Formats: sequence, C-alpha cells, structure tokens
Amino acid sequence: MVEISVDTERCVGAGQCVLSAPDVFDQDDDGIVTVLEANPDADQAAEVVQAERICPAQAITVREG
Amino acid sequence: MTGTDTSLADFPMRRPGVAFPPPEYAHFREQPGLVRSRLPTGAAVWLVTRHEDVRTVLTDPRVSSNPDHDGFPSLLGRTGGVPSPDTMPGWFVALDPPEHDRFRKTLIPEFSVRRIRQLRPVVERIVGDRIDAMLAAGGTADLVADFALPVPSLVISGLLGVPEVDRDFFESRTRVLVTTTSTDQQREAATKQLLRYLDRLIAIKRKRPGDDLISRLLAAGTITPAELSGVSMLLLIAGHETTANNIALGVLTLLMHPQWIGDAGVVEELLRLHSVADLVALRVATEDLDVSGQLIRAGEGIVPLVAAANHDEGAFGCPHRFDPGRKARHHVAFGYGVHQCLGQNLVRIEMEAAYQALFDRIPGLRLARPAAELPFKYDGVLFGLHSLPVQW
Repeated sequence: MVEISVDTERCVGAGQCVLSAPDVFDQDDDGIVTVLEANPDADQAAEVVQAERICPAQAITVREG
Repeated sequence: MTGTDTSLADFPMRRPGVAFPPPEYAHFREQPGLVRSRLPTGAAVWLVTRHEDVRTVLTDPRVSSNPDHDGFPSLLGRTGGVPSPDTMPGWFVALDPPEHDRFRKTLIPEFSVRRIRQLRPVVERIVGDRIDAMLAAGGTADLVADFALPVPSLVISGLLGVPEVDRDFFESRTRVLVTTTSTDQQREAATKQLLRYLDRLIAIKRKRPGDDLISRLLAAGTITPAELSGVSMLLLIAGHETTANNIALGVLTLLMHPQWIGDAGVVEELLRLHSVADLVALRVATEDLDVSGQLIRAGEGIVPLVAAANHDEGAFGCPHRFDPGRKARHHVAFGYGVHQCLGQNLVRIEMEAAYQALFDRIPGLRLARPAAELPFKYDGVLFGLHSLPVQW
C-alpha cells in the first residue's frame, strides 16, 4: 500500500504521471495533476513510483503506507 | 581546470551517423565530477553527461535558462538563433520561475494528455493526406521533405488557427526557418514574415475568435497580444524540426529493425535512442552550486546533454541497443524540470500516427540508399536527417 500526495502549485502539466499510471493520476481542465486514487493497490505501486520519479516538476510524493 | 586552460576539448563533438551520440560522451561519464569543455565562441562550459546529474542541473533553482545572464553559453550557427525575453516578449523558455510560470500555466490545458488525444483524428488525417500525396507521385519519395516536415507543420498551423488558404505561405516560410541550408538572411526574412503574419492573425482572432489555440489564449487574458506573437512563434519552431527529425530517424531505425514495427514501446525508445535535442537545454549558474562533487561557480555556463544522459549505462542497460521492450519512460529526451517540452504528448501522437499509417499503407517501404550514406545532421544543433530517400 502506498500513499500519494501532489503539489498542484509545482505541477507543470507535462502529463507524465497520467501516461505512467492512468488509473491513479489525471489532469483537470487546467491541465494540473489530480489524484484519482490516493491509496492505490500494491500492483499499481511500481507505476506510481515511476510517476513520482519522472515528474519533471517533482510535484508527486509517494510514501509507503 | 580553469576557464583559461587551452587543453580543453572542443565542444560540440562531431556526431557519428546512425550510432549517435558522440563516443566521447561515454568517456565523460566515467570522469569524476563534470567535464570542462570549450565552445566555438572560446568560452568554457561544464558538460553534464550522467542521467542523474542532468536531472539535478535541470531542476536546481540556482540554474537559469535566461540568456540575458552573463556567462550564458552560446553555440554558433544555431538554427534560427536564440531570442531572449528582451528581444522577443513571450519567448518563455528563456524565462525562469516565477516569470515563466504564467506562460506555462496558461498553455498547459492546450497540451494535456486528454486534449492531445482528442487531436488524434486530425493528426491521422494529415498523415493520411501526406501518404496519399506520396503514393500519387510515384514509387519514390524524400521522407523528410514529403512527410516528416509537412506533418508537424500542418498540425501546428491547424492548432494555431492558420486558415487553409494561408497554409502554403505559412509552411514555406517555416521550411526556410528549419532548413539548415538556408542562409542567415533568408532565415531572418522568414522570421520577420512569420511574425508579421502571426501579428495579423492575432489581430483578426481578437475581432473574430475561432475554435483555435490563439483565440483561447486571447480569451484567457493572461498573455498580452504582443507576447502572444512570441508564444506562437515559439510553438511553431519548437515543435517543428524536432518532431520532423524524430519521425524521420524513427522510420530509419524501424526499417533497420523491422521486427519491432507495430510494437507499443517503439515511440518511447526511439525518443530515448535518438535524443534529437541534445544541445538545446543550455543553462548558466546564478549562484555557486555543487554537482557530483564539482563546484560550479555563479556565471559559469552549463550544458546538460540529454543524449548523454539517455545513453548512460547506469540508467539504461546496453543503451546503444534499440530495445522497445525496455521501460524507457524515465528518459530525458524532452528535458526535465519546469521547461520539459510542453508539446511532448503531441510529438508522441504524431510519431505513433506516422509509423502506424506509413507501415500499414506502404508495406514495401525501404531505403533508397544504404543507411551509412544518408545525410545525417552531423553538425546541426538538432540531430536528424537532411533527407531520407525511400522507395516502394
């Protein structure tokens, strides 16, 4: 189980998180990150960790729950 | 080493053809700290070649992309020149936060994953029309001039709201701008003509808004009409030759590795492998900082090399191998940090649509010349091909 938080102020709308973990992240009408699933399943953990790592604005934080 | 050391390696290094990037990069990555090198201007710069170091430099707030700072590196012969925020209002890639953020935030809804996916049918129609034209013209084509360049040109002019009747003018002027054989005078004239055209287009959209990007940005009201010319010019240039080079090099690589045609992972791996914008992200330190144990002083130029980062053994095993099966999504082909390519999802859609339609509709597509003899852009700022003769 992981726990996700995002900093919408930092987000630059690259959409890398949406491409990495489409069931967990989305972009709102302004193109800013939104979290669809704040506590994703273990089988999504790898995708979520990748999204954290490749976010160009370092706006995603993932904690092991 | 110091800035007056005459033994510094000259930069940029000449690039080998298909086997881009320069072999020196692998050697640089093994050196402790960073590599000091000399630009054609005579100025010394720090080369950053490791994946993690490139990410560090591109996200450090003490590192600026504003060319108005003393010590900002300049490469001679850059295609189209590098405007600064002073010479071209709206040229926001040259601005740092927080000034930069107003432009980026206004533009990101236009380039979100969802919005770009909605453009897919438009991109597919443009790709299909170009293939129709190639097939109608006979059994040979130059895949750069006849396909890879017109596709992004038509996509961006449609996005900006350039009327159909003006597309030929718009595309021909843009072509001058991105063709490396154009003279500086031709390029300067084309830039002026395009800016004048965009000014006029923006004025028309102010009176009669349409369903296009310029009209929506005017309605948002956060970017002034004067800045909007610079923004439009930036979108036009940034998405053009880069995308064209990605499409053409990708076709070449897929023709050399046909077993991967149709694989879902090819686009991401092609972006990593070719890293066409290796020399684009130029930076300068505004305060002293440490990168991998190397002190960079305020006012020293920095060149984070995305192709070097994307061929770092530490980040990608057997980096020179074309392997769409690897998970290559952490590549930095689009840069990293707040300036990471705004149009990256559009590039992905254009590449996907291009490969799918080309290989579906022209299954007999093959090179008309051996790969080693192709005219690679050995000395350009962007890596790519001047032409790609094909037949079927």
